[in-house]
Amino acid sequence: MDEKRDKKDVLQGTLALMVLKTLDVLGPMHGYRIARRIEQISGELLAVNQGTLYPVLLKLEQEGSIASEWGISENNRRARFYRLTRQGRRQLHAEKHEWDETAAIIARFFAVKAEDFK
Amino acid sequence: MRKLRRFLKRLTWARSRRDEERLRAEIREHLAFQIEDNLRAGMPPEEARRKALLKFGAVEAIKEDCREQRALPFADALLHETRHALRRLRKSPAFTATVVLTLALGIGSTAAIFSVVDGVLLKPLPYSHPEQLVAVWLTAPGMNIKDLNPSPSLYFTVADQNRSFQNLGLYTDVSRNITGYGEPEHVAGLDVTDGLLGTLGVTPVLGRPFTSSDAEPGTPDTVILTYGYWRRKFGGDGDTVGKAITVDGKRRQIVGVLPQSFHFGGPDLALLIPVQLDRAKTLLGNFSFYGIARLKPGVTLAGADADVARLLPVMLRSFPPPPGYTTKIFEDARIAPNLRTLKQDVIGDVGNVLWVLMGGIGLVLLIACANVANLLLVRVEGRRQELAVRAALGAGRGRIAAQMLLEGIILALLGSALGLMLADFAVRALVAIAPADLPRLNEIAVDGTVVLFTLGVSFFVVLLIALVPVLKYTGASVGTGLRESGRSMSESRERHRSRSVLVMVQVALALVLLVSAGLMIRTFRALTRVDPGFAAPSEIQTFRVEITENQVKDPVHVVRTEQEILEKIKAVPGVSSAGFSLSVPMDGDEWSDSVLARDHASASGEVPLHRYRFVAPGFFKTLGTPLVAGRDFTWSDMFNLQAPVAIVSEKLAREYWRDPRTAVGKQIRATTKDGWHEVIGVVGDIHDDGVDKPAPSSVYWPILTHFGGIDAMVIRFGVVSIRSPRAASEAFMIQLRQAVWSVDSDLPLADVHTLDYYERASTARVSFTLVMLALAGGMALLLGIIGLYGVISYSVSQRIHEMGIRAALGAQQADILKLIAGQGFRLTLTGVAIGVATALALTRFLSSLLYGVEAADPLTFVAVSLILTGVALVASCIPARRAAKVDPIVALRYE
Repeated sequence: MDEKRDKKDVLQGTLALMVLKTLDVLGPMHGYRIARRIEQISGELLAVNQGTLYPVLLKLEQEGSIASEWGISENNRRARFYRLTRQGRRQLHAEKHEWDETAAIIARFFAVKAEDFK
Repeated sequence: MRKLRRFLKRLTWARSRRDEERLRAEIREHLAFQIEDNLRAGMPPEEARRKALLKFGAVEAIKEDCREQRALPFADALLHETRHALRRLRKSPAFTATVVLTLALGIGSTAAIFSVVDGVLLKPLPYSHPEQLVAVWLTAPGMNIKDLNPSPSLYFTVADQNRSFQNLGLYTDVSRNITGYGEPEHVAGLDVTDGLLGTLGVTPVLGRPFTSSDAEPGTPDTVILTYGYWRRKFGGDGDTVGKAITVDGKRRQIVGVLPQSFHFGGPDLALLIPVQLDRAKTLLGNFSFYGIARLKPGVTLAGADADVARLLPVMLRSFPPPPGYTTKIFEDARIAPNLRTLKQDVIGDVGNVLWVLMGGIGLVLLIACANVANLLLVRVEGRRQELAVRAALGAGRGRIAAQMLLEGIILALLGSALGLMLADFAVRALVAIAPADLPRLNEIAVDGTVVLFTLGVSFFVVLLIALVPVLKYTGASVGTGLRESGRSMSESRERHRSRSVLVMVQVALALVLLVSAGLMIRTFRALTRVDPGFAAPSEIQTFRVEITENQVKDPVHVVRTEQEILEKIKAVPGVSSAGFSLSVPMDGDEWSDSVLARDHASASGEVPLHRYRFVAPGFFKTLGTPLVAGRDFTWSDMFNLQAPVAIVSEKLAREYWRDPRTAVGKQIRATTKDGWHEVIGVVGDIHDDGVDKPAPSSVYWPILTHFGGIDAMVIRFGVVSIRSPRAASEAFMIQLRQAVWSVDSDLPLADVHTLDYYERASTARVSFTLVMLALAGGMALLLGIIGLYGVISYSVSQRIHEMGIRAALGAQQADILKLIAGQGFRLTLTGVAIGVATALALTRFLSSLLYGVEAADPLTFVAVSLILTGVALVASCIPARRAAKVDPIVALRYE
């Protein structure tokens, strides 16, 4: 049960970062468009469970990283638009930095060959 | 930070219908977008819809996830667990009721005593900026006077030249006759300088305060009424201001009515009269007022003291000494300021009693908590297997601890709520039985502070009662829990230890309280054994009368009137004797001064003070005070101003002449201006300051005599005392009133009491403390014994199996009895030992309340220890007998 929860948390964390980045690059957009965008870039991640995006959006909004309001979509439908807040931008920066660092460390580890230790 | 923010957001979001609605709309839109895209990709409508739903995932699961995101998991869990705990408590009503009642008693009595401590000691006085108010006192080490009252000369000097006070007022309590308005009555009044009300920061609700013109001699006579008297006498009539009443035969115009919140002096205070001090006629001396001053902001008590010290020599220079005195006498008195805060002055030394009671009741609360902790331990013990199973199934340790804590919190809150109700009731009862000299009685109530305090106490209680089981059982590993609760294991020693410790603590604390109560009982018994100097005070009726100058001018005529009143009273059926005096023993109306003996040169520098009392013939006979030598006064002694006489107490006779018999015929006087008074008799000592204080050496002067430079000083205001078995009955008082009024129908009777009223009042503090400590001790004993009984009988129920084995192996009933009772006995002895050590350390706080007994009185300690051990032995014998009677076959089969 705990393992399952952990996986979910990782997924949520990854998704959150993607949402922030998406809104940062493309500006305000509604849930479906965010989902489509992430799907386009990540392929697998949201192919089956687009709905999992919504708890993430809710969480980010509660944290104050994004804000939302009702608006009219490009094809004249009522849709809820999400946009990045100043805090969200800060969070994105911080997390990107962290991510880069982690990725760099991991990359260094994988780059190491056995003979390097000799 | 983010976590906190999310939490706050969640709090405000809660799960409202709007949020649900929004989510549903968003999902609907999302699906619509997807379906549109799918249609555009060329799918048939049915397929497009199916694919969209598939891609979105489980809609209900997503909704649930969002709900979880929005909800307060903590609050939910709390609600859930609370409901659980309540259900569990409801399922065992006997346990719940016992715990809640025990806690209610402990918390309630603590809250009640705290209300008294708060109302009397802690709360600021009910005046604006009470911290600025000081009581003005002097001290005169040269005359051996610790607290010397301020005088008019001091008032004028300080009022004119001080640098420390915003305002200053003097007052003195004078009771007054009110006539010409219904029955004549005698009421409590204050004579005040015009600054007093301003100093206290009190303004009348009707009319005006006194002004400086009221204080000038020769201006119209005025009076201000208290709220209570205004309601009683004038029915709260708004037109009262401007009317006039007759006070001591003098018409006075009512200029104001004080607010209801004004509490000063006694509760029966009726009126304020401006004291008219004439500066031109003011002399040094007359140190008979009380003074209150308001400090300027930033001035300290020490600063004000220094200021007054600076002004005292100015006072001595500015006013002439009274005739017969020299300024040097006052210089030799070494008068110095002795200011103290008004609060300190009002409270006096009563703090002692109250803190002792607070400590005692705190111990009771601790015992109650120990008892409840024990019950909880037993209860958790019963759930041990269940808890172990839950832990094995993955319930977190925190969750189980939270459950126990929550149960404790619920029990403590229920106990506190019930306790507060009890406290409210108890405070009313306390105020009713509290000694009359307990100050600020009217300010005692269960108020916000008390409720806050009670909440604090319940928090403390939760810590005490819930932490023990939490610490004990959440630490235990799953394995032991499951293994130990297996069927055929006998109770382990380790599991028993914390309950045993709690019982020892209970026994120890109960012993401390019982020893304190025992010491108070010994004090009380010592006090009742003291011969007060008068006999059968319940058969002595007393009341005050005053013959004012407006009624009878001539001093000799005053005494004739008083004699006539006594004669009329003696004619009332059942009266064996009657007397008249300035005051009666223990009424607090004391007068101490120096006595000069003709053959006894007083040692220079130190002037010993003796108690003065002015009495008429019949006083000693009425009180039952024995005549040791010589004779009593006669009426002709009263009228014969040429051959003045006096009577002295045995103690004074011994101090001056060693033998009472040789005192008769000696000559004494009060001041050098008086003629010598011949000592005609010596009477037994009277404990005038209360039985717990030594009897003062006293002089009894005639009620009409040449005294203090006055040719014919007469006692106009005094107490009539009457010995009769009919004392205190209403019919008797009616006849006495008629007897007095047959002489003068305008004479009000005041302070109608039997003499034992004053005697009781003098021991009121001791008996109050005694009753309270005895109550606390009784509660402690009961709770402690219940705790011991509970532990022993629980242990017996757990060891039935073991007893069965023992019996089967040949143990006799007596052996088992000894085994079990011995367990209780050991616990008790250890508790008693700890208690004796604690009591030895703590009872010294009682010592100021004790009389005729040491704080470490061996008799009390031994007796209480024996009683406690005896009761404990009985309490552990009952379950022990049950264990001894165990039939081995039944016990083993039962398993």
